[in-house]
Amino acid sequence: MIDKASWIAVYPEIVLLVMACVIAMTDLFVKNPRRTSTYVLTLLSLGVVALLNGLYAQGGQTIYAFGNMVVSDSMGNWLKCFATIAVMVTLVYGRPYAADRDMLRGGELFTLAMFSLLGMSVMISGNNFLVIYLGLELLTLSSYALVALRRDNANATEAAMKYFVLGAMASGFLLYGLSMMYGATGSLDVNAVFKAIASGQIKHQVLVFGLVFVVAGLAFKLGVVPFHMWIPDVYQGAPTAVTLLVAGAPKLAAFAIVIRLLVEGFLPLAFDWQQMLAVLAIASLLLGNLAAIAQTNLKRMLAYSTISQMGFVLLGLMAGVVNGNTLSAANAYSSAMFYMVTYVLTTLASFGVILLLAREGFESEEIADFAGLNQRSPLYAGVMAVCMFSLAGIPPMVGFYAKLSVLQALISSGQGVHIALAVFAVMMSLIGAFYYLRVVKVMYFDEPITATTVSAPMDVRAVLSVNGALVLLLGVVPGGLMSLCANAIVQMLKT
Amino acid sequence: MSLLSLAIWTPILFGVVLLALGRDEQAGAVRWLALVGAVVSFLVTLPLYGGFKLDTAAMQFVEKGVWIERFNVNYHLGVDGISLWFVLLTAFINVVVVIAGWEVITRRVNQYMGAFLILSGLMIGVFCALDGMLFYVFFEATLIPMYLIIGIWGGPNKIYAAFKFFLYTLLGSLLMLVALIFLYTKSGGSFDLATWHKLPLSGTAQSLLFFSFFAAFAVKVPMWPVHTWLPDVHVEAPTGGSAVLAAIMLKLGAYGFLRFSMPIAPDASREWAWLIIALSLIAVIYVGLVAMVQRDMKKLVAYSSVAHMGFVTLGFFIFSDIGVSGGIVQMIAHGFVSAAMFLSIGVLYDRVHSREIASYGGVVNTMPKFTAFALLFAMANCGLPGTAGFVGEWMVILGAVKFNFWIGFGAATALIFGAAYTLWMFKRVYLGPVANDHVRALKDINAREFLTLGLLAVAVLYMGIYPKPFTDVMNVSVAELLKHVALSKLN
Repeated sequence: MIDKASWIAVYPEIVLLVMACVIAMTDLFVKNPRRTSTYVLTLLSLGVVALLNGLYAQGGQTIYAFGNMVVSDSMGNWLKCFATIAVMVTLVYGRPYAADRDMLRGGELFTLAMFSLLGMSVMISGNNFLVIYLGLELLTLSSYALVALRRDNANATEAAMKYFVLGAMASGFLLYGLSMMYGATGSLDVNAVFKAIASGQIKHQVLVFGLVFVVAGLAFKLGVVPFHMWIPDVYQGAPTAVTLLVAGAPKLAAFAIVIRLLVEGFLPLAFDWQQMLAVLAIASLLLGNLAAIAQTNLKRMLAYSTISQMGFVLLGLMAGVVNGNTLSAANAYSSAMFYMVTYVLTTLASFGVILLLAREGFESEEIADFAGLNQRSPLYAGVMAVCMFSLAGIPPMVGFYAKLSVLQALISSGQGVHIALAVFAVMMSLIGAFYYLRVVKVMYFDEPITATTVSAPMDVRAVLSVNGALVLLLGVVPGGLMSLCANAIVQMLKT
Repeated sequence: MSLLSLAIWTPILFGVVLLALGRDEQAGAVRWLALVGAVVSFLVTLPLYGGFKLDTAAMQFVEKGVWIERFNVNYHLGVDGISLWFVLLTAFINVVVVIAGWEVITRRVNQYMGAFLILSGLMIGVFCALDGMLFYVFFEATLIPMYLIIGIWGGPNKIYAAFKFFLYTLLGSLLMLVALIFLYTKSGGSFDLATWHKLPLSGTAQSLLFFSFFAAFAVKVPMWPVHTWLPDVHVEAPTGGSAVLAAIMLKLGAYGFLRFSMPIAPDASREWAWLIIALSLIAVIYVGLVAMVQRDMKKLVAYSSVAHMGFVTLGFFIFSDIGVSGGIVQMIAHGFVSAAMFLSIGVLYDRVHSREIASYGGVVNTMPKFTAFALLFAMANCGLPGTAGFVGEWMVILGAVKFNFWIGFGAATALIFGAAYTLWMFKRVYLGPVANDHVRALKDINAREFLTLGLLAVAVLYMGIYPKPFTDVMNVSVAELLKHVALSKLN
């Protein structure tokens, strides 16, 4: 018998599912090529979902529902709330772009976006290997279809193909690793697995064998070296609106499953997975930053930049357990969460500007296309500049505090290796500063190639301005969001 | 009272308003608003001097509030005798720079003025911050407006200069960031400077910290051999950018030595003082010689800045009252003099569009009023008694001679080089017969230029003739600092 509390815990997901179906149906009757009515309906339903998630997160209760299959906790609810807002913002930015390219016909964009969000929500709330896997598949399958939405476009289809093949392999890795863990511990339940491993009764080799595959699968989803191959191609090949759908909100879900699996499930194996994460982080920082320098395509550059930023997140995650001591765990994981949330915020704004500059029949994705943007539109150039400085980690943008908290987590562990890693990471971010600055240079120092002014619909203009302002304002007063992440993680660790 | 917050946020607020509302079509209104902003920002710093108590080394006008709770970062401001004058100096130079850019800047005027106003607020923030993280945020944030100023309004090779400036200084400050977090961990979770000053640290930790800070501050000062960014940047930066860079930004580094390196790692500072002294001597002597052979006026003044800042660091690391005070006085004096030198070059550049010394000659014939100013500033630059340049250098040399005769001797010979390159440049540019048609066509300075140079001339002369207000303010604080540095913090 399923109790009432279980249903309450998944209200947001239910709303999402129902509305996704309703919108798919409604769209059949909408003739307007810009799909204004479905668009508004989608935003409204997502708004309700975000509000629900926000309220749950504010309540701060932890509920295990459906016989421990899903969990509704503060961390998960905040991440779901942010992911929902991220999808909303993506749709706002993406609609004019999609409408110009005839991508709204059939209404798949809105429905698939909602289904991918549903997948993210399930991933985030999953407390069971199978549930997490189901959520992941729902997300990725929707994403494959989204990337291929412009099926007559060669780049997009190629990107979709690569994404599908590599993504399917990654899911296979993850599933294989999870089944090894299941075999070793005899349970699919994350908490039960934790207890089984902590008991010390299980052979370490088997666990580590499974762990390697789980970490590899997660690394694919996060897009860190050496599992990053799909990132540049998908970022560049996919229609920009879809790129943002893939690059934004799903990062939050990926972070959530990393926490659910590695921390909530396999924390007793922290010594092993931290070493793996360290290697992945070093490789990502190195390759991401160096490869980004060589890019002329802005989307591709941001793809490599993502890889290096994810390296930073991993640095935060690997500093949690020192010599079997979990005292600094809350500090480390909340720094990673803060990093992820602010990264998504910044990514949204920077892709927002790219989407805005793209016009009918013209993609504005070369860095050179941004030449002299400051003269064409100081506002959008300003938003982009704030994002670039934030990604480079220059105060007072929010990206600086993200880097600061990760570095702090590393250094406060007090180990020589970690301090060396911190020095390595800041040196890498110096290299990173170069290519972010180059975008600013192109926008501010170069002369524009066209004199056309940049115009945007009211909704895009408003959201983009708020988005850009937040990147700066959260940098001036970062305390609130930091505490929010810290509280969420502390609560998650307690249970 | 929250005078310091006012001093920081007034210019930033005006700057943001300019950025948000200004259009090139209303450039006139933009300029006036910028001027009002700069003047108001300067006026709000004056009560700081009026209300400053001379008899205490404690921080004054302190403000403290929680900023980032999770990391125990506080919005903690205050000034003592060491930092007080820099707050006023920054606000003053800002007024001068806004006037100096009046007609010269015609494109994107609001962004130019906005950038300078924001920059000035941020730099005041650096001088007032008593919290390590707050200091760092202000310190780094100054890079953004300066990067844009150089890159948008700079000379032909501006992009190279802007990147070199940004990345070079970022490299140093990132190492400092690691050091700050290390101190945060060591002190049990505090970014408070006063706590760090008292924190006992092992010898190795102190040395590591000392060199991390050194990386940040030596690049900023800049000390030989990490000074190479400065000439490149000065040459390309617009006049106002050069003036602010030389007058204030370089001081952020020297100030950092006083606020961070010396009190936090006193044992390491004493241990490595020989290194700093050696580098400073190289800066004053060798870079002075380098300055002599420059053909580009801005480059010459840039190298001369490196040499003058060498005096500052030399004065700091001989650990005597007169040396440290001399260093600080030299910083203030150099703030006035270098700004004046760059603005003078700007006056010529606006007319002839050349910085080459060879393009000029006999300017005195066509611009007598301007030449009078230029002569005064040239004299101040070589440290003639009665000008601001003399006081600090004399104090540092006095301190150095007491410390070790040969170091003092070396520093004193540098004065000769200083006189040589400055006067030689003066002779080639201003004196002699009219060299070419460009010079013949020159018009003397207008009222606006007269005002900017006049303001600086008054400051230079006042400080040279009556330096007491400057030294009085810092005496107690410097004595306190030296007392602190003399005590070992080893554990």
